[in-house]
Amino acid sequence: MYVAVKGGETAILNSYKLLAEQRRGDTAHAELTIDQIRQQLKLSVDRVMTEGSVYDPELAALAIKQASGDLVEAIFLLRAYRATLPRLGNTCALDTSRMQLDRRISATFKDLPGGQVLGPTYDYTQRLLDFSLLANAQEGLQQAAAPAAILPLASLPSVPRVVDLLNQEGLIERTERSDHDPAPRDLTREPLRFPADRATRLQNIARGDEGFLLAMAYSTQRGYSHSHPFVGEVRLGQVAVEIEPEELGFAISLGEIEITECEMVNQFAGSKTEPPQFTRGYGLAFGQSERKAMAMSLVDRALRAEELGEPIESPAQMQEFVLSHSDSLEASGFVQHLKLPHYVDFQSELELVRKMRARLSNPDETPV
Amino acid sequence: MNAPEVNFAYLDERTKRMIRRAILKAVAIPGYQVPFGSREMPLPYGWGTGGIQVTASVIGPHDTLKVIDQGSDDTVNAVNIRRFFERTAGVNTTTRTHEASLIQTRHRIPEMPLVEGQIIVYQVPVPEPMQRLEPRETETRTLHGLAEYGLMHVKLYEDIARYGHIATTYDYPVLVNHRYIMSPSPIPKFDNPKMHMNPALQLFGAGREKRIYAVPPYTPVESLAFEDHPFEIQQWQAACAQCGATDSFLDEVIIDDAGARMHVCSDSDYCQTRQDAKALA
Repeated sequence: MYVAVKGGETAILNSYKLLAEQRRGDTAHAELTIDQIRQQLKLSVDRVMTEGSVYDPELAALAIKQASGDLVEAIFLLRAYRATLPRLGNTCALDTSRMQLDRRISATFKDLPGGQVLGPTYDYTQRLLDFSLLANAQEGLQQAAAPAAILPLASLPSVPRVVDLLNQEGLIERTERSDHDPAPRDLTREPLRFPADRATRLQNIARGDEGFLLAMAYSTQRGYSHSHPFVGEVRLGQVAVEIEPEELGFAISLGEIEITECEMVNQFAGSKTEPPQFTRGYGLAFGQSERKAMAMSLVDRALRAEELGEPIESPAQMQEFVLSHSDSLEASGFVQHLKLPHYVDFQSELELVRKMRARLSNPDETPV
Repeated sequence: MNAPEVNFAYLDERTKRMIRRAILKAVAIPGYQVPFGSREMPLPYGWGTGGIQVTASVIGPHDTLKVIDQGSDDTVNAVNIRRFFERTAGVNTTTRTHEASLIQTRHRIPEMPLVEGQIIVYQVPVPEPMQRLEPRETETRTLHGLAEYGLMHVKLYEDIARYGHIATTYDYPVLVNHRYIMSPSPIPKFDNPKMHMNPALQLFGAGREKRIYAVPPYTPVESLAFEDHPFEIQQWQAACAQCGATDSFLDEVIIDDAGARMHVCSDSDYCQTRQDAKALA
């Protein structure tokens, strides 16, 4: 005889326990510390901070540990934490031309003021598994231990951005901020409405899922809204975060954060009012998140189609398509909600399918 | 089980105020979808975050809360949401429909009629009834503004032309207060008539889509239909195998490897109440 399904609460509590055991793994091995994650899984921490919208490496590392390394789950944990944090004030806009650079690449000019700085990157590693890391020792460092003269990073001067150099010739669009520039809408406090202005779109894709943005950006390179992109500049480094309390009247520094900034330069044929020039796509991410920042800048540019008078034909140019589907919390939650019981809906569909089949096997009863 | 480090019912008071404003607007314009600053809750989007935020904003220490999913108080998601409010609000909970002052539901309306003073909060996955016909919100917003619902009527007509009947069995669109077409959330169309002139306040929360809407007490709610194809609800040839009910929504349960089936009430409280009454008689 059927027994009504009971015991959901016990099942949930048991699943917590099983999850904790799975997370810990074999206790014969040392437990992972938050510092180890911060220090040795930096790029994971950076992604979680970026999409979690909180610059806090310690909490991001905690989230990664708690999520057993599932970064989308870690992002969810950090977002849920930040949702109830009070807002204390707004910082001044970051001045990235005053960044302390660790890495700076331009694909548009062979050399430029400030030079090209390769910095730490996987770009030119040969992707061979390094079995020496299996040995759990310091071997990995040995190769890198004696490089030919690393420039002391601190000595790199602040360097102007590449696009600012193009600005002097008037070849690139200017985006000067007026004094009346309104404070951007806070998407974590107000719902996204369409059409969304550029500041709102950038905010959305800054929090957007890296994989989604990567695929969207990639689609623009394969004929779905091509915009001839060049990497004007990718830079990685420390930038000061400043706040200007009203009663002081001048900015004070709160400290520094590490960011990746990408300025994409794109061809633009011109319009009735604008001469041919280069246009810009912008990407910004916490920590070292180049794939994210570059994808973001391509998607930003694609989403500017309407403003630049380009035909809107491809998914990457469609605001509602991109901005409504970029968030990993929304996407992951809704896709996975299909695991929830749907007995009632399914029951209704069962009845419907039976009704339709009955009609097929009884053709006398023709549709009206 | 108390978690004193969080505010009563989890949300901070400013957020609750913002949500209550949205609810008031929703009540004032029945069936209209009010955008609100949906927060990232500690439960996933798509799992009831809209309903949870609405419940958290209207619940008080003296409320008695009932949470159901698919009509049952015991499915894991219902248990999980009930635990969330037990932990964060410390309110009394119940499985009895008539004891509850506040009912959060996913996909069902209880069989026992609701009464004045009760609030029912629906979890809504897709608040826009026309989203599958027109995914752009900028377009559907205009259609609602103009009460231009031809798109929906054509869809229902095409169903009739193809199948001889309307092929929508749940989340069946309704017209609220003769003005807005509204998604009743994915309740079976069996439940649609219960919304009409209901004495309880009906609130709808869509967390992921960031919309709140409402049907105030005693508001007309009409399921869309045509004169020659009137609205019909599901009917069963069977009765509930546990309580014998023939007037409730029945779930099919497969009971052996050969696919033999039985029918039981989806509303576990309704079924239990009837079984208890039988045992007493």
